[in-house]
Amino acid sequence: MIKIIVVGNGMVGYKFCEKFISKSGQEKYQITVFGEEPRRAYDRVHLSEYFAGKTADDLSMSTSNWYEQNNILLNTSELITDIHKENKTITTHLEKTHSYDYLVLATGSAAFVPPIEGVEKEGVFVYRTIEDLDAIMAYAKKIKINGATEAAVLGGGLLGLEAAKAVRDLGLNPHVVEFAPRLMPRQLDKGASDMLQSKIEALNIGIHLNKSTQYIAGDDAITGMMFQEDQLLKVDMLVISAGIKPRDELGRSAGLEVGVRGGIVVDNKMQTSDPSIYAIGEVALYNQMIYGLVAPGYEMADVVAEQILGSEKVMRESIDMSTQLKLIGVEVASFGDPFIENENVTAIIFENKFNGTYKRINVTKDGKTLLGGILVGDSSDYNSLFQIYSNAMKLPENPEDLILGSRGGEASSMGSAMDLPDTAVICSCENVTKGAICCSITDGSCETLGDVIKATKATSGCGGCKPMVVDLVKETQKSLGKEVKDVVCEHFAYSRQELFDIVKINKFTNHNEVLGTVGKGDGCEVCRPLLSSIFSSIYNDTANKHVTSQDTNDRFLANIQRNGTYSVVPRMAGGEVTAEKLIAIGEVAKEYNLYTKITGAQRVDLFGAELNDLPAIWKKLIDSGFESGHAYGKSLRAVKSCVGNAWCRYGMDDSTTFAIELENRYRGIRSPHKLKGGVSACIRECAEARGKDFGVIAVEGGWNLYICGNGGANPKHAVLLAEQIDKETVFKYMDRFLMYYIRTAGPLVRTSTWLEKLEGGLDYLKKVVIDDSLAINETLEAEMQTLVDTFECEWKQAIEDPEMMKRFSHFTNSDDRDDSIEYIALREQKMPKAW
Amino acid sequence: MEEILEQYQTVALNDVQIWFNAGKTTDFPADGGGCVKYKGKQIAVINFERRNEWYACQNVCPHKMEMVLSRGMIGSSEDTPKIACPLHKNNFSLVDGTNLNGNDYKIATYPVKIVEGEVLIGFVD
Repeated sequence: MIKIIVVGNGMVGYKFCEKFISKSGQEKYQITVFGEEPRRAYDRVHLSEYFAGKTADDLSMSTSNWYEQNNILLNTSELITDIHKENKTITTHLEKTHSYDYLVLATGSAAFVPPIEGVEKEGVFVYRTIEDLDAIMAYAKKIKINGATEAAVLGGGLLGLEAAKAVRDLGLNPHVVEFAPRLMPRQLDKGASDMLQSKIEALNIGIHLNKSTQYIAGDDAITGMMFQEDQLLKVDMLVISAGIKPRDELGRSAGLEVGVRGGIVVDNKMQTSDPSIYAIGEVALYNQMIYGLVAPGYEMADVVAEQILGSEKVMRESIDMSTQLKLIGVEVASFGDPFIENENVTAIIFENKFNGTYKRINVTKDGKTLLGGILVGDSSDYNSLFQIYSNAMKLPENPEDLILGSRGGEASSMGSAMDLPDTAVICSCENVTKGAICCSITDGSCETLGDVIKATKATSGCGGCKPMVVDLVKETQKSLGKEVKDVVCEHFAYSRQELFDIVKINKFTNHNEVLGTVGKGDGCEVCRPLLSSIFSSIYNDTANKHVTSQDTNDRFLANIQRNGTYSVVPRMAGGEVTAEKLIAIGEVAKEYNLYTKITGAQRVDLFGAELNDLPAIWKKLIDSGFESGHAYGKSLRAVKSCVGNAWCRYGMDDSTTFAIELENRYRGIRSPHKLKGGVSACIRECAEARGKDFGVIAVEGGWNLYICGNGGANPKHAVLLAEQIDKETVFKYMDRFLMYYIRTAGPLVRTSTWLEKLEGGLDYLKKVVIDDSLAINETLEAEMQTLVDTFECEWKQAIEDPEMMKRFSHFTNSDDRDDSIEYIALREQKMPKAW
Repeated sequence: MEEILEQYQTVALNDVQIWFNAGKTTDFPADGGGCVKYKGKQIAVINFERRNEWYACQNVCPHKMEMVLSRGMIGSSEDTPKIACPLHKNNFSLVDGTNLNGNDYKIATYPVKIVEGEVLIGFVD
């Protein structure tokens, strides 16, 4: 066996192992890894997520048995103290000696601590390892008890801003202190920094630029930072995140060549001055530069793996430092040369202080080449811009279209991902080209997006390239004439629409029938609730039927919360409620000690109900005149309304009555996804009807009906289906529209996405729903009417049937409650205790 | 929180010391589960009627430590019987408790036998 020893178990050290074992010829080698930290390599790029609740395990780069499975010997908590390059051995702090044929130094870097007087004081930390984070957390907890609120972060670069977010997640007010006159001085120009600053300050994070710290004040523990001119910033904690310094001690003492300001010198093979020793990642000084980004580190790891296995691969001459990231929720990106300005280059800058975006592109004077740029506030154009830049693609006639979008015309100025050359790097973390992605499909080795990701590792780094990879896979499949079929899951080779028809035509009434005739296996959490929903849409079966095949929330007719308790939402059609009913709700909440909150859908949510109490709670609510609000179902939630002309002096019609009528007509009907509606009595739109799956707005001469909008992750305004129509026509179109959606949409596809995918789009839908082009409207209306006529409140059903009630008990063999549920106080109410 | 998880260790059929009577087969819904209490432990019992099989596993979800697995949905993945956690849809093999989404979470499983309509679960203590 040829022995390779890897010193350092960070992201780059890990990546070397991963790359090496994936290559042919690796069987003859034995890799041994030494890491001084007590755990497997973890994702340092996303370290701040540790504060937001991720565990060390979540951040781990590998699964616990990965090293074992791949025959790699991992020694954690063991530090290499000496390299003896003459006889090719190393010694560890446990005084063990190991010999090697190749040594790979991936010792990374440590936090750079500037020589400021008082940095040794208690309460001063660096931000680098999980141990650092644990120490910071423990200290923050301690000082918060004593009333401390302010903490500083030294360094306004990338890492410093990440650290500021971490400090904020700990419940302290962060102050970012930067020596330079702007934030992220290596990536951003003044305008971009100003924009970023104003966005960050709006989050109550203090920004102190141009500040040089003279000393750290305090007796034993830090109490403040003294700047020039006797300005004192009072803080009780300081996190230093002011840069990195390569950990080159080992190489230095072994006599390897190092740079003046640190770092082990390597050539383009990543070889150090000793040909058996390589250095990669942040310890390597390549082209007189230390690269503090993960992508170049990964590329170095690949070069060394190739070199050891005898290939000619070398490191690229110039390394791209483009980055795209989200800092404290603000999108920031910079690519190419972000600053370049000379007589041959023009910068095009677009700044919108209203929504907080700043975009800059540097273009050659002839308007032909993109040299670099900066995006703050909205980096959605980054992928396309980066591709245009790195492939030197031709620019549109008006280069400003690149950041402003083409105004007036329809086509996007970016073109499609398929227009890129095969050499274009799509995933820069893993260095995967467009050619590699498309080829994996055309050569038949991959079929699905999942296959491609597995084979190429594209999207597995930062994930920013995912939309492009999805497009490329889809387009390539199409170009091969493959039908890209949306099948439900591994148990059915059909789409939801096909299954709907199959169930209806064959008059199937239960899951086993459908699975046994047209499916295989035993179903799963995707297809079983989907079939339950189809049975509901066809036969109006409530969620009390097929109980074990209902989604969790439907199974217990309530929404499961993070501690395993449930929330209760009675229906309040149109948001209208009497004083008596409010009191009834209040009494129930009081009796069962429930947390209450007004929802976004104009009703009251009661949280923290234990499974065992749900029936009793609902009995009380039903006795007071309430019914289920279906807040747990993929069904109509609520129809929101403004108060309308009953009270409002601007109201043009009675929106509340209309909302109540709509809500009561469509309540309880199961659909592919949840449905929300709204009715406004004038164009001021207080009910936000156009943010709903259906929205009705009163206008001169009738009502306008809008459809297929939603809030959520990708907000969409609803689009106009018909204008100035009367109430009756609204109901007619609504019946047809909803039923058509219920029949044809994919599982968990909301109306807006359904419309986007509907061939022919809105025009086609108008033809179906208004002009009856498919001659199905009579059927759709009749189907809807059956559902409306057979409505039953499923909670009433449940509490009246002792058999159904049985399921609302935590234990089957005991009346005991689940004693693991604990609460803590939240203002004057309660919330679940985090474990 | 590790102490909660440590209470639950997979029991192999050969190691069973105690067969605990968890109730009648009819106490557990077809193709679904229920939760039983045994000496301070919460055990999910699965009546996989489609396959004519029974399973038992810890009720606590190893991801968020909530007592909810018995409320999850059962199914199969390439013929491995499984249960999906109701909170975040983590899938676990009912046979050996491994996670089927490729992460590290694992659940403890227990042998089950049916004797004259009674459901018996095997424990070591």
